[in-house]
Amino acid sequence: MTSITLTVNGEPITATIPPRLHLADFLRDHLGLTGTHLGCEHGVCGACTVRLDGAIVRGCLVLAVQADCCTVETIEGLSDSGEVADLQHAFAARNALQCGYCTPGMVMTAQDFLLHAPADASRAAIREHLSGNYCRCTGYEAIVDAVETTLNARRTS
Amino acid sequence: MRPFLYSRATSLEQAMSEAAQSHAAIMAGGTTLVDLMRGDLTGAEHVIDIGHLPGLAKVELDGPVLRFGALARMADVAELPFLKQNYPALVESLQLAASQQIRNAATLGGNLLQRTRCVYFRDGVSDCNKRVPGSGCTALDGEDREMALFGASDRCVATYPGDWGTALAAFDTSIEISSAAGTKTVKFADFHVAYGDDPARESILQPGEIVTAILVQATPAGRHSTYVKVRDRQSYAYAVTSAAVALELDGDRVTAARVSLGGVASKPWRAPAAEAALVGQVLNQAVALEAGRAAFADAKALRHNGFKIDLGARTVARAAMVAKGKH
Ligand SMILES: Cc1cc2nc3c(=O)[nH]c(=O)nc-3n(C[C@H](O)[C@H](O)[C@H](O)COP(=O)(O)OP(=O)(O)OC[C@H]3O[C@@H](n4cnc5c(N)ncnc54)[C@H](O)[C@@H]3O)c2cc1C
Ligand code: FES
Ligand code: FES
Repeated sequence: MTSITLTVNGEPITATIPPRLHLADFLRDHLGLTGTHLGCEHGVCGACTVRLDGAIVRGCLVLAVQADCCTVETIEGLSDSGEVADLQHAFAARNALQCGYCTPGMVMTAQDFLLHAPADASRAAIREHLSGNYCRCTGYEAIVDAVETTLNARRTS
Repeated sequence: MRPFLYSRATSLEQAMSEAAQSHAAIMAGGTTLVDLMRGDLTGAEHVIDIGHLPGLAKVELDGPVLRFGALARMADVAELPFLKQNYPALVESLQLAASQQIRNAATLGGNLLQRTRCVYFRDGVSDCNKRVPGSGCTALDGEDREMALFGASDRCVATYPGDWGTALAAFDTSIEISSAAGTKTVKFADFHVAYGDDPARESILQPGEIVTAILVQATPAGRHSTYVKVRDRQSYAYAVTSAAVALELDGDRVTAARVSLGGVASKPWRAPAAEAALVGQVLNQAVALEAGRAAFADAKALRHNGFKIDLGARTVARAAMVAKGKH
């Protein structure tokens, strides 16, 4: 067992955990933050996307012990702070989710795109940035629409 | 995942001495290692996390040498303006690899040492000389579309999957390796071991040795360089075929050329025959395709991967023309 101290959604956390626990399981099972989903657990699908020290990563390919002394943000944090409220509204308005399984990861990645993209970013650039997140039911058209709508709205606001 | 001991290295010396012990594994970003350990494919009992070691993530021009710290992150290096301008092939190989989440965590050193994506290796159960030496190679009469045209043997036909390594092969590159015995540099061509020669090994790295930097000799060919990657879908996939080309030009005439191939070989693969076909020529579409064909003249196809010979030749031809157009 290893002891770790980290900040999750602004709150300091100390925990004693086995080294083999990955970050997504730590968030879900130990902290009850079940917005971070697990699909493939091979780094492929993106459902587990979280922010680690400000950069999005695969929660299933990072061990919780690797996050010792780091800052983690999850969909719960971004949602509660209102950081992604417009994006969430755009997803709902455009029906960009059906089962919703991919949605937390999709929103985390879309927000990462919106924070770094130039204001004139193309639809192709949105698709490229989201390509590491799989959606198995909605189809990507509506998701890309929702991100594009948010990009345009933020640019003019 | 099996239980293991974890330690976070606070100095390179500590990491080197811990990594010299049996069943130890170095972890940088962990994006390959964690996945392999979940599949019980490493035998690692002790993970030494070097991801937070200071000073190993710098990228700098050191006299005539571009020095990439082994812990530099793929995503960060892909954004360096100096590199974008002067070495587009290197930047493109990083941008076209994996996804943003993976590039944010993955390091340059780890990328070089990622293991093959061969399904029979990864599934943990099929006969595989790489996983269980002597057990056989299931791909020989299995699904071989992804398998290698170069550097394979009847013991292993897997492909090396990395993009960054393929791009590095188009430059005069060396690898800096540190261990308790000191620091040495080896030519990049000698760093990886062709899977066909020795399936169980992938590089010359010995226990206790850590890659500390990747050294690329500065060259004017960097400006006229590109990495072209052909995939089964437009984004987020390993190369079916890829090519890096770096040229020195006098007007339209090629005075020096380096060509390397990805997706088709058991290690980052240089193509000297394609280089020879380019040098001295006025570069046009026909010459470019000729060079592409030369690159694949010695290719050994299996049952389902023969299409990569023509596709690969055209990939080289495209890369040569794109490289020529860069400035
Ligand atoms: C879904 C998915 C898609 C991907 N797509 C691509 C792609 O298209 N193109 C591509 O090129 N790659 C791709 N990758 C691979 C990815 O780029 C690698 O996993 C990553 O670069 C490895 O870097 P890391 O720092 O995470 O390595 P780690 O996982 O930490 O280490 C990898 C290996 O290298 C060893 N190691 C690491 N650093 C050192 C060092 N400094 N010295 C000695 N040994 C070391 C480790 O012991 C381990 O064996 C993909 C990965 C995933 C999961
Ligand atoms: S669960 Fe992490 S990428 Fe699929
Ligand atoms: S909404 Fe169901 S997987 Fe995307």
